Amino acid sequence: MNPKISVKNLHLHYGDFHALKGVSIEIRPCRVTAIIGPSGCGKSTFLRCLNRMNDTIEGVKTEGLITIDGEEILHTGADLIRLRKKVGMVFQRPNPFPLSIFENVAFGPKLHGVSGPKKGGRAPSLEEIVEKSLRAVNLWDELKDLLKDSALRLSLEQQQRLCIARLLAVNPEVLLMDEPCSALDPVATLRIEELIHEMKKDYTIVIVTHNMQQAARISGETAYFYLGELIEFGRTDRIFTSPEKKETEDYITGRFG
Amino acid sequence: MDFVGLPVPYTMKPRRISEFLIESAIFLAGTISILFVVLIFIFLAKEGFALFRTVSLWDFLAGKDWYPISYPPRFGALPLILGSVWVTLGAILISVPIGVACAVYIAEVAPHWLREILKASVEFLAAIPSIVLGFIGLVTLVPLVQSLFNISTGLTALAGSLMLGFMAMPTIVSIMEDALTAVPRSYREGALALGATHWQAIWRVVMPAASSGVIAAVMLGIGRVIGETMAVMMITGNAARIPTTLLQPVRTMTATIAAEMGEAVQGSPHYASLFAIGIVLFVITFIINLTADFFLHREK
Repeated sequence: MNPKISVKNLHLHYGDFHALKGVSIEIRPCRVTAIIGPSGCGKSTFLRCLNRMNDTIEGVKTEGLITIDGEEILHTGADLIRLRKKVGMVFQRPNPFPLSIFENVAFGPKLHGVSGPKKGGRAPSLEEIVEKSLRAVNLWDELKDLLKDSALRLSLEQQQRLCIARLLAVNPEVLLMDEPCSALDPVATLRIEELIHEMKKDYTIVIVTHNMQQAARISGETAYFYLGELIEFGRTDRIFTSPEKKETEDYITGRFG
Repeated sequence: MDFVGLPVPYTMKPRRISEFLIESAIFLAGTISILFVVLIFIFLAKEGFALFRTVSLWDFLAGKDWYPISYPPRFGALPLILGSVWVTLGAILISVPIGVACAVYIAEVAPHWLREILKASVEFLAAIPSIVLGFIGLVTLVPLVQSLFNISTGLTALAGSLMLGFMAMPTIVSIMEDALTAVPRSYREGALALGATHWQAIWRVVMPAASSGVIAAVMLGIGRVIGETMAVMMITGNAARIPTTLLQPVRTMTATIAAEMGEAVQGSPHYASLFAIGIVLFVITFIINLTADFFLHREK
């Protein structure tokens, strides 16, 4: 199977700080790939390269090659709007916009024009997209009568689901998740994990997590980062049972980190 | 802090007394400011309402002639109220779009080093005394307006509007810039990550998120404009006529009070009428501030 995302020799500097040192990795489609490692190892930075969110930070320089579906994304002329439509991102803290629930989900479709699988020869309406997206994250039944309420009044778990629904509304293919459960309690975390599990048949998911049990529970492949380098990458069950590298073993057995 | 159960009453006591003293001092300071506001209003009302023994409220607010020292005197404040309204409207039309654009540029677009320079200069602009600005306006703006529109005098409502628009800008820019900067970075990132352009993120997420601050900034800018006296007196021509275009001399309420208070006989209807104008100004500014306050505290 061709990789969905292929990264070759990726280097990233924040000013003088060398944050990523020659990372190469191939991420397969319709799988959950977990990225683990101690704080400051570059895992979030790496994730943010994949939709070029690091561009918003001053003083960041990226070198190397990243292709998604064979298309190079790092060159200066890359179409960032199309890239970010295709590669959506969920953040550490839920960040719904201070708008109504409906407007949050409709935000993307309104930007890009209503699109999606045609139904009976016509494009789906905004309302249909919102409903479909909210159903996909199991929020529709709870919120269908509250669509005009402010999204900021929802619980954190609902907010995070809403942020995922907001992404799904623009029909992405890849979902990048940057510690999506770190602001949630254990029960909400489990439910979001179930959602990730349901979604992986349709989407390529890359998830950064500091929680090794979470990586073990939800991912097919795991990548271990340390000090800006990709130390080890492979099937999750193998990484967690018989890691090849000493550093990986030290980390997953809790000797540091 | 209350350490319940600690058997040291003799150390707690002085602390309680000092707490009490501090709390009362703060309470006093808070109530005094309210007291002053009330006293000012009572004074204003007492002096101003004396006018309505000789002139009806309607004749005062809707009267078209302001001849306070002719015989019989006429106390129609409409030209003055309209003078203020025209100058203020003109100033808003000029300062709001530029101020908003400037704040957006400083908060959202400008690179870091430029942002600091711009913020400092805007604050510096606010520090220039209004009389100095009025003076500069008199020697630069007034001749410019005169030659640009080829009219007999440049001392017009337009010159006043330009000047006041310039003076309101720092207020609008700095309050709005604060409001925009206070919008969490995560909103911007969320919008960008959905494929929004920089401009779409600003317009559709950051601005709505900062809307109460934006509106409050505009209202406070208006409050600054309508209360301004010296600069506007120097460059608007001071003719108490109902203006029909921005290219005519006007006289604002503030300028009228400043110009005539010195010569009005204390206790006379003229004296009272100036206080009555003060009440009108007070009410207008109060409404504006109240609106700003309402928007500042609307959400959350």
